[in-house]
Amino acid sequence: MIAVELRKLVLSRRTWVTILLIDALPTLVGILLAVTDIGPRPGTGPAFLSAVLTDGTLFPLAALGIVLPLFLPIAVAVTAGEAIAGEAQQGTLRYLLVRPVGRTRLLVAKLVSVMVFVVLTVLVVAATAYVLGALLLGSESVSTGATSVSGTGLSTQEMVLRTLLALAYAMLCMLGVAAIALFLSTVVRAPLSAALGTMGVLVASTLLLTLDAAHVLQPYLPTRYWLAFVDLFRDPILWRDVERGVLLQAAYVVVFLGAAWANFMTKDVTD
Amino acid sequence: MIRTAGLTKHFGRITAVEDVGLDVREGDIYGFLGANGSGKTTTVRMLLGLVLATSGTIELLGRPMPASGRDVLPLVGAMVEGPASYPQLSGRTNLALLDASGPGGDRATRAGRIDDALGQVGLDGVDKRPVRAYSLGMRQRLGLAAALLRRPRLLVLDEPTNGLDPQGIREIRQLLVDLNRDGTTVFLSSHLLAEIEQMCTRVGVLDRGRLVLQDQLEHLQRPTGRTVIRTPDVGAARALLDGHVEQEEGETIWVRADDPLALNAALVGADVRVLELAPERRTLEDVVLEAAEQSGDRR
Ligand SMILES: Nc1ncnc2c1ncn2[C@@H]1O[C@H](COP(=O)(O)OP(=O)(O)OP(=O)(O)O)[C@@H](O)[C@H]1O
Ligand SMILES: [Mg+2]
Repeated sequence: MIAVELRKLVLSRRTWVTILLIDALPTLVGILLAVTDIGPRPGTGPAFLSAVLTDGTLFPLAALGIVLPLFLPIAVAVTAGEAIAGEAQQGTLRYLLVRPVGRTRLLVAKLVSVMVFVVLTVLVVAATAYVLGALLLGSESVSTGATSVSGTGLSTQEMVLRTLLALAYAMLCMLGVAAIALFLSTVVRAPLSAALGTMGVLVASTLLLTLDAAHVLQPYLPTRYWLAFVDLFRDPILWRDVERGVLLQAAYVVVFLGAAWANFMTKDVTD
Repeated sequence: MIRTAGLTKHFGRITAVEDVGLDVREGDIYGFLGANGSGKTTTVRMLLGLVLATSGTIELLGRPMPASGRDVLPLVGAMVEGPASYPQLSGRTNLALLDASGPGGDRATRAGRIDDALGQVGLDGVDKRPVRAYSLGMRQRLGLAAALLRRPRLLVLDEPTNGLDPQGIREIRQLLVDLNRDGTTVFLSSHLLAEIEQMCTRVGVLDRGRLVLQDQLEHLQRPTGRTVIRTPDVGAARALLDGHVEQEEGETIWVRADDPLALNAALVGADVRVLELAPERRTLEDVVLEAAEQSGDRR
């Protein structure tokens, strides 16, 4: 079933259009930086962006920093929101279930397919940014290794390791989003409602983070530690927020996947 | 093949299906009749494990549903409330994806089975166009092809001829009869009495969620003991058969008579010209309406 879901993902034109759209923004930013040579002042703008004018190899990280907080979660909300509700609306859900595809199996396959979509997007974004960075942006510190956010030098090997850690962390955050969207997808009838509901949760979370009165809630909001991946590029690594983020996202994943499963197992499929 | 006992489904305060005891036997073409909203689709969904029954038991091919769905459903082909497919993909790709998603769809034979199924439903000429570009009838045929893909022992079809042209309805009816002859049990729901009357061997009638009738079609269509005669000489016929004529309408008269052969001989002997003469049988329509009326009275 997982293989079938992946084929559907790859065969769908929407998948590729979405990835292209997501890829467009960092590409545009990269081109603007290269043409105007005006970078954001250090410490402002998305992470790493101030550094890429001197070191183009950092641009993949900067590009991910651009898409991770907003574009990618939206794409995940839409894709995962579609998972069950989309099949139901199309009428294909009933034919899958009588094929028969077990309900648990279907949920797992859908979740895997969403995460593969995320990986695919990240790869495309990173690859485009790498090419763009190497061709258009500065190439000064290629030989001396990259600079950490704290200003000290990092070896290439160290940099690769930390990048992988950061990517894993970002995946976990997206898994949290996917879990919420998947749950809503088993509840509502229209895929759009599931996507909008998930985005609503994320927007509300982001908003409450800026509100002092919501202080007691803040450690539990889903987006609270999303940007903690930047801490992985400090020297030494600042683990505190990353650890909390991992625990929090794991809790969201468990709770919402559990709810999605419980709801879907007992649901009457009448679409 | 299908057996239910006390099958009941409530949707909130609506009772969609109540205390239904279906009995579909191997080799039947079972016609499941009922007015709009009488609960046919809900029953079919429960049989297939899509909707969970409020109470009652279901046996499919001798195994309990939905508990044994994983073992039973690969042997069942189904179409529920119209076909469905991924519109951006071709019919062939749709069938291949569906076949690959569950158990019992051997990969080595897949392409051949898809060709066969498409041929059976008259879609063999279908090209690589996406299903989005199919006509209503073509989609219906594709849905049937999906149901036939694994040569099921039992076909459960909810309104299978919806959207087909008269020619298409004939083809599908013939296909189902052929499949049945080769050993497939067919369970089909419909509100088209004529369709059921033409091919089914057994009939169940649902009225407002209750099964008000279930019997062999030939039992239901038993002769009424009357003979229908069409003749231009109504007056002469009436004079001859005085006292036995029960009803008269234009050139048609209904006569209470045990032996239509003797009746015909008598009429011809008396120089009454006979256009048509046949024993009257109860039509399915009469039977169904009567059953529904009786159940209405009981409430
Ligand atoms: N998901 C649902 N929620 C609430 N009520 C429902 C639901 N599905 C069906 N019903 C109700 O159950 C009853 C039976 O519906 P069902 O679809 O089984 O009828 P049907 O016999 O298939 O009708 P038709 O000939 O129009 O297809 C109807 O009164 C309908 O309103
Ligand atoms: Mg129906």
